[in-house]
Order: sequence, then C-alpha cells, then structure tokens
Amino acid sequence: MTDDPRIGPPEPHVHAHAGGMHDPGGLAPPPLGDRALPAYAAGHDLTAAHLEHHAAVVLQGISAGYDDRLALENVSAAIDAGTLIAVFGPNGGGKSTLLKVIGGLLAPWRGTVTVFGARPGVHARRVAYVPQAEQVDWDFPVTCWDVVAMGRYPSLGPFRGLRAVDREAVGSALDVVGMADHARTQIGRLSGGQRRRVFLARALAAEPDLYLLDEPVTGVDPTTQEDLMEILEAEAARGRTVVATTHDLAAAAEHFRQVLAINRSVIAHGPSTLVLDEEVLARTYGGHLLVLGGNTVLLDDAHHHDDAPRGERHFHVDDPGAHR
Amino acid sequence: MIETLLAPLGYEFFVRALAAAALVGLVCAVVGSYMILRGLSYMGDAISHAAFPGVVAAYLVSGPFYVGAAIAAVLTALAIGWIGRRARLRSDTIIGVLFAGMFGLGVLMFSAIPTYVGDLFGFLFGDVLGIGVMDLVGLAVLGGIVLLIVAALWKQLLYATFDPLGAGASGLNVTALDYLFLAIIAMTIVVSLQAVGIILVVAMLTTPAATAQLLTVRFGRLMGLAAAIGIGTAIGGLYASYFLDVASGATIVVVQTLLFLAVLALGPRTGLIARMRQVRTA
Repeated sequence: MTDDPRIGPPEPHVHAHAGGMHDPGGLAPPPLGDRALPAYAAGHDLTAAHLEHHAAVVLQGISAGYDDRLALENVSAAIDAGTLIAVFGPNGGGKSTLLKVIGGLLAPWRGTVTVFGARPGVHARRVAYVPQAEQVDWDFPVTCWDVVAMGRYPSLGPFRGLRAVDREAVGSALDVVGMADHARTQIGRLSGGQRRRVFLARALAAEPDLYLLDEPVTGVDPTTQEDLMEILEAEAARGRTVVATTHDLAAAAEHFRQVLAINRSVIAHGPSTLVLDEEVLARTYGGHLLVLGGNTVLLDDAHHHDDAPRGERHFHVDDPGAHR
Repeated sequence: MIETLLAPLGYEFFVRALAAAALVGLVCAVVGSYMILRGLSYMGDAISHAAFPGVVAAYLVSGPFYVGAAIAAVLTALAIGWIGRRARLRSDTIIGVLFAGMFGLGVLMFSAIPTYVGDLFGFLFGDVLGIGVMDLVGLAVLGGIVLLIVAALWKQLLYATFDPLGAGASGLNVTALDYLFLAIIAMTIVVSLQAVGIILVVAMLTTPAATAQLLTVRFGRLMGLAAAIGIGTAIGGLYASYFLDVASGATIVVVQTLLFLAVLALGPRTGLIARMRQVRTA
C-alpha cells in the first residue's frame, strides 16, 4: 500500500527536532531552560532540502487562535514522515488548535505551515482528521458503514456513488477495527470505545498519508486502546504519519515513539520518554503539577476540561500504567 | 369514491395546483432533510420572510415574483452566513435581526401601494390554486435545479453536515458547501412561496423530514421517506382543502403536522405507545 513514491519507509535513525528551532522572531522561550539539553533539543541546522525530504509536516513560527484568544504562540516543529507522535499538554494548551492548523481547518495568524511540501489543503486527500468524540452528533441518522464510507467521499466526484474499490476499502477498514458486525448499527447505539473504532476506520478507509487524531484513545477501555494503538503503529510502520493529541501521559509514553509537549508554545519535542522528564512536565503543566515525595502527580484541571464528564477529575502519574 | 377524487381533475387550475404542490412537497422534503440535521430550521423561516420585499418589488415593476423573491432570499441567506462568519454574534441573533428587518421592509413597501392587492396576500398565506402556467414552468425549472445540485453533491453535503472538520481536512470545501446550501434553501423557499406562503413554508421544509427522522436511522432512507411524505401530504392536503373549501397551504401544513404527531405517538422507534408497551412488558 506504500507504493506512493513520495513516502519512503521511516528513517532508521531518529530525527527529533526541538521546538523553536525554526523560530523566525525569537519570541519563543528556549525549549528547556539552561540545563544540559538532551540531544533532541540541542538543535542542528536543517536545510530546506532536508525538511522537504523528511518532514511530512513543518510548522514555522505559528501563532493561532479563535477570535481574539491566542491558543498557539510561535510554534515551530517538524514532524517526519512515518512518525507516530503524541501531542500532549494541559487542556486549553493548544493541542486541538495545532491539529486544526495542520489540517488546514484554521488559518494561523502568523507563521507558515507546510504539509507534504505545500500549504495545508493542497494535499488534503492525503489527510484524514478525526474530531474529538464530543464534537460529533451521535443522534445523526447514519450507521457505522455510512460513517466509514464518508472517508471515501472526498475522492468521489459529483454524482458518483461508491465504487467497488470504495466498498472494499470500507469493508476492510471496518474489519481492521473489529466493527464489521456493527456495520448496520446507528452510531449513537455504540459504546465509547466502539465510536472511536468507527472513526478510526473512517480515517483508515481514506487511505491517508497523514492522520490527525484528536484524542483518539481518550476515555476508552484498555482493550480498545491497545487495539487502536496497534493499528496506528502498523500505519506508522508503513510510512504513514500519525499525529494524535492525548492527555493520557501513560498512553503517550507507552505507545508513541515521539511526543510534542505543548502549552501554548512548544515545551519539548523528542522521544516519548520525555513524558517521564519532570522538568518537561513541570514546564508543560505549570501549576497543575504536584510533586509528592519523588512521585510526580499531575492534576489535570477538570474545570477547563472540554471533554470530561461533569465533575470528573483526571489524575495521571508519571509511571506509565501506574494509574490503571 | 374514485369518481369524487377524479372530479376536480377536470379543472385545469386544480391539475396545475396538484403539480405545484407535489413539486413543492418533493423539493422541500429533500432540502429539509439536510436542513433539520444542520439545525437550520429557523434559517428557513427567516429566509422565507426575507423574500417578501423581493416579491413586492417584483409586483411594483410587474416582473415575475420568483425572480424578486429569489434575489431577496438568496442575498439574505448569504448575508446571514457572511455576517455569522465575521461578527461575533450567534447566528440566531443575526437571523432575528435580518428576518424581521427584511419582512418589515416588505410590509412597508406593501403598505405604500395605494390600491388593494390581493395577489400579495396570496404570498403571505399561499394560493396554490391561483398558480399560472408560466409560474408553474418557472417553479419547475427552479425546483429541478435544486434537485440536480443535491443529486450531484449529496455525499459532500452529508459529510460536511455530519463532520465539517473531518470533511474540511480531507479536501471538501466546507465553506463553499455551507454557502451553497444556504442558496439552495433560498431557492427552495422561492419555489414554495406561492403554494404555501411565506409564513408556513418552514413547515414544508421541516415537518416531512422530521417525521422521516422518527422512522429511520439512515440518511438515504430518511430523504426518501421525507420525499414520499412531502408529496403525499401536499396532494392529500390539497384535496382536503378542495372538499372542505378551506385555505390550501394551511391545510397541507396541518395534514403534515397531524402525520408527524401520529408517527410520534405510534412510530416503531420513538412511539409513545411502543414505549408504554415496553414499560408494561418490562
């Protein structure tokens, strides 16, 4: 399936780029203070040719927001093709905004975005975006099959119905996520995990080169989380780029190869072990971090939570899996 | 019975009215299926009222009413969409402002005409029995254009309605589809004005689709059912109004509402009776 010459296999060596590297204005704080920086943050010169060749997504000095509210400030990062990367940070820290900017859904106020070497939207057919579950109208009169079929719609012209190849892609995507038996079920009757499976199937059916997933494994059962992450790992191994937001640090550490820590600006960008780094956590979450006898406990502020049930609080511990 | 039903078909005006009512029932149901899922019912009401000054202006210059109505309705629909994207006001606020403002302008122009004009009252409450041959042809062309656009873009419209973010990121021009749909609503309303009138046209758009939504969980079937209900109630309502000698547009809308209430009470999915039965057997 990776017969697209533009997408090579993932590079054997890790390219991890620190935020602020392409910072044109010098307004962003340095990535990690003045302590000895890990290799990923040390910065090395990237030529335009290098970026062109390796990066699926390049963000340079991005500032973006809604109305007059700034959500992202001077964000720079390059995401290589074939990367499985988790974007984490506090609620309201700009995770979803970043995905929307990459997806061409929100025009940045400043800076440039490049997706597969062009501005967002030019290669939109190679992009699949999955919104947060809370943004979906689950009473909408569509079945699982219908939702997954939508992944094929952008490639169909006016008047065209689904072709045999489209039906095949829809069927196999439903198979991959284990929802073939629910093809004719209205989406509102699915459990939370099943809903996430169906939306991932829609993305798979589109056969994209770039996945933009907003909280794909939030609030799902452990089995679903394992299944979905396995699918995404396989996609990344085929050279597809997966960018997923999450506020589950355990999941980020366990399942993703890279992480991008964001709190309005890029705090850190590198291997997923970064989520275990106390300083990264402290700078990402600011006041929401509690240090208790060597154990860092993260208190995610439920009041600003746009997707948690009312009154629910989220506690994450820096030891992956320890909160389960 | 059959003779009774065939009798009015001897009148040409009734045949024209039947054709117009069925056309309106079909086009409104198809467009209404998207409209209710997009939460644009009030938008429909606003656009129909906004068409009134266009109708009056067309009367003043002796032009065809649907041209004036189309210009006023489409401009208002696009203005609501445009202002909604720019001003930091909720869309229902903008609808409230433009809806009343445009209708007020129409009434003002109407009241400035020194002589009594019954024709214009027909546009407020509908007068399908008075539809002329040329008007019917114009409406059929306009309705055909609407159906053709939906036939071409039904998938894209559905995706953009269900998940505008996902559709936009994967290459559909959601903004253009939004504006196009507003224009489609406006054209549909123009097609419907003479049959049911400015005040009642919102029911033609919402009620058949809402009734269908009580009966199915798939969009394709919803639209098909809505179309069947729209055509059936338009014809049934027209006959009822003929035999009862009451206003045609109002009768069609009342028939639709009664059917909606019946399905709500008896329907297999949401039916209150089905629910009561469940409770009893539980």
